Amino acid sequence: MKGITVPWILTIVAALATLPLLTASNVVLNFLIVTLLIALVAQGWNVLGGYGGQYSFGHAAFFGTGAYVTAIMQMRYGVNAWAAFAVGIGGGALVGAIIGALTFRSGLRGSYFALVTLAFAEVLRILASVAPLTGAGVGILIALDLRPQAFQFQSRAPFYWIILALVGVSLVVVRMIEQSRFGAWLVAVRENEDAAKALGVNPTRVKFAAMTVSAAITAAGGAFYAQYYLFIDSGIAYGSWISVEALLAPIVGGVGTVLGPLLGALVVKALGELTKLVTGDTPGLDLVVYGGVLILIVAFAPNGITGLLTNLRGHFMRLRARALGRSDG
Amino acid sequence: MRASFYAALAFCGRMLSPIILVPAVLNGLLTGAVYALVALGLTLIYGVLHIINFAHGALFSAALFAAFFAYRLLGLDPYIAAILLTPVFFLLGYGLQRFVIGPAAHGEDRNILLVTLGLAVVIENTLLYAFRADTRTVNLDYAFNVIDIGVAFLSVPRVIAFGVALVVALVLWLILTLTDTGKAMRAVAKEKLGAELVGIDVVHIYAVTFGLGTACLAIAACLLLPTYYVNPHVGNAFVLVAFTIVVLGGMGSVTGSLLGGMFVGVVESLSGLYLGESLGQIGIFVMFILVLLFRPSGLFGERA
Amino acid sequence: MAEPLLRVEHVSKRFGGLLAIDDVSLAVEAGRVTALIGPNGAGKTTLFSIISGFLPPGKGRILHRGTDITGLPPYLMARRGIARTFQIVQPFAGLTVHENIAVGAHLSRRSRAEALKAAAEVASAVGLANLLDRPAASLTVAGRKRLEVARALATEPELLLLDEVLAGLNPTEVAAMLPAIRALAGRGVTILMIEHVMQAVMSLAEHVFVLAEGRIVAQGSPREVVSNPQVIESYLGRGAATRLVVAGGGHG
Repeated sequence: MKGITVPWILTIVAALATLPLLTASNVVLNFLIVTLLIALVAQGWNVLGGYGGQYSFGHAAFFGTGAYVTAIMQMRYGVNAWAAFAVGIGGGALVGAIIGALTFRSGLRGSYFALVTLAFAEVLRILASVAPLTGAGVGILIALDLRPQAFQFQSRAPFYWIILALVGVSLVVVRMIEQSRFGAWLVAVRENEDAAKALGVNPTRVKFAAMTVSAAITAAGGAFYAQYYLFIDSGIAYGSWISVEALLAPIVGGVGTVLGPLLGALVVKALGELTKLVTGDTPGLDLVVYGGVLILIVAFAPNGITGLLTNLRGHFMRLRARALGRSDG
Repeated sequence: MRASFYAALAFCGRMLSPIILVPAVLNGLLTGAVYALVALGLTLIYGVLHIINFAHGALFSAALFAAFFAYRLLGLDPYIAAILLTPVFFLLGYGLQRFVIGPAAHGEDRNILLVTLGLAVVIENTLLYAFRADTRTVNLDYAFNVIDIGVAFLSVPRVIAFGVALVVALVLWLILTLTDTGKAMRAVAKEKLGAELVGIDVVHIYAVTFGLGTACLAIAACLLLPTYYVNPHVGNAFVLVAFTIVVLGGMGSVTGSLLGGMFVGVVESLSGLYLGESLGQIGIFVMFILVLLFRPSGLFGERA
Repeated sequence: MAEPLLRVEHVSKRFGGLLAIDDVSLAVEAGRVTALIGPNGAGKTTLFSIISGFLPPGKGRILHRGTDITGLPPYLMARRGIARTFQIVQPFAGLTVHENIAVGAHLSRRSRAEALKAAAEVASAVGLANLLDRPAASLTVAGRKRLEVARALATEPELLLLDEVLAGLNPTEVAAMLPAIRALAGRGVTILMIEHVMQAVMSLAEHVFVLAEGRIVAQGSPREVVSNPQVIESYLGRGAATRLVVAGGGHG
């Protein structure tokens, strides 16, 4: 399993960076920004779920923390927007570390892990919906200040480039994990925890580290969301919608691969737009489609798009080998 | 300074007085019975199929909507609607397990997780799309009747719910102990391979179990309708509570669910009393998290 | 005499009402191949699990070069140089053979490239070189057994616990595995093996312990042990030793 190399990642990112130069349409740019945002959040999930095999149903906990910390830092403590962004990522990572420390020390896995992450996200949502710090039921509005220093821009293109850069960084980070000892240990734990232990891997520490990295990446998405939309409340920040999209995109795109979350985010968001085109803007229908897609993918293409492509490539290679008269490799 | 201290003390004293505590506890018990019914379905499904049914909440919302529309469109009193809806939801559950969850998951734990989650998302959002997020209620004459038992006023629908929940639990227990299907269910729960080898149709038993679990939801929904409201998200709230109960009472245990349900009902009632409505909800979740974290992983560490 | 590499001292283990291991003591000398044999259910794998940290003993200690390592978690055991294979093979199914072995190699190597290189060498040593890029799930039973050994070997262990590596292999496969194990011993790896395949025990082991019903009932060279009447009885039942002698069987 060679995977995609860093030069290729940078090439793809560079190619994507030219898109704002090709279109001035705000609609298209907005779509791309949201897609990349989901791709970032999904990549975070992918580190823990795809590579680590621990399926979290509550990644909203990290997304929301990133969003709220960024917003609160700016609005309540007057911190510079960029610094607040960084603190938001840190906050998310901290929450990830806490939840990770609690759950992995207790040895929770599988469905129980999914359940407990769901519960944590719900607790945070309820807290955020009543606490004055997070604006309770009203939420938090980030004051309009269209200057680059305030991480706000007149046009969408800078937002696009920033989220693209973040996604690019996450792609490189994940690729580096893939090529590192930590990555080898992480997938070993995913495949067979006992066997990994016997080979000197400390599963608790590995899972904990994965959770923290995962949370940080997802929190970056949340912080960006807050800056882009300038409004969050408990349902947006900690709602189940983001937990679902965070796992749907990697599963559709291919869990445990570098590009899976990006591909998946593209497909999922495109489907969402398509649904809206066909049926109008009524809330709920896009999620229905997402749920259906999830079931279909699990049923028919458990390795997502990446898996399908790999299978196709395998078929193609075999056909080619046969055509060239060589024996099956 | 001293005055406020005494005021606080008096406040605490009042809060802890029996006049407030007893009704809270009793009402908690009554609500707890309905929780227990929801949890029963969950624990049954877990006990036999060894899966955590993430779709349970959405199915409960669907059941509530069904009961609501049975009243609105067919004029059926919820308690009568239960007679109609129970078999309908049994069949729904049977079909879902047999034709959707079972085949899609290929038996892998992680996949089952995702498929039930997908179902939950589909069901809940279909309800949202079809009926919007508005909260609806039914207005029944007897909804506000109360019984005065001296120490407290108890809401009649709630007392009925309590009684019916106990009866359903008993019926389930009888099914499991006395009928052939029930024995087959217990066999599959204990040792799936062995059950297959002696000729039990495991696919069918799985589906029956899921159907029974869903049927419990239908009954619970009808019991709840007179005193509660309906919107697509209600199910979720109930289901995390149900998870807590199941985990507390022991996965797969009918008595555990009953007792756990009532315990949780009381805790919720009391924390709602002292912390307010929304914050009270946290009490449940926190308890849930604590139970999951500190029960020895031997009981439920890895295998779902 | 030098301190043995591994010493098991008065270890007992109870599961509910069952005393699985009953006051077992044994010593494994460095550089030797030691075998642990006994009828099914005797507690051999349980003992392995205790030695390698997967199970805590109820009573007793495990000493590694004189240091008490009782109750250390498995990953620390591995880092001390005690590696084990599993009776029911546990491959990393979603990874290739190469990646499987590399996980072991990473124990002492940070760099991916180095770990992969070392893994390739280990694969050659056990005869898996031409299967490196195959998914582990596609290997035959014999291949998976080799993979178990290769993975453990890649951690560069001092003591290798082999749990029935020959089980389920046909005679040809067994014959192919024996030299590989012998080569390991030749490289200085101390081996403690649970084995039922007597041919392997006789030809590989220098010292044998016999475990029956949780107790050590005999020890010695392979030849001594095999002709020990108590050992024969623990396998074949009470009175079997005498019956064999009477029937003219039994070995000298």
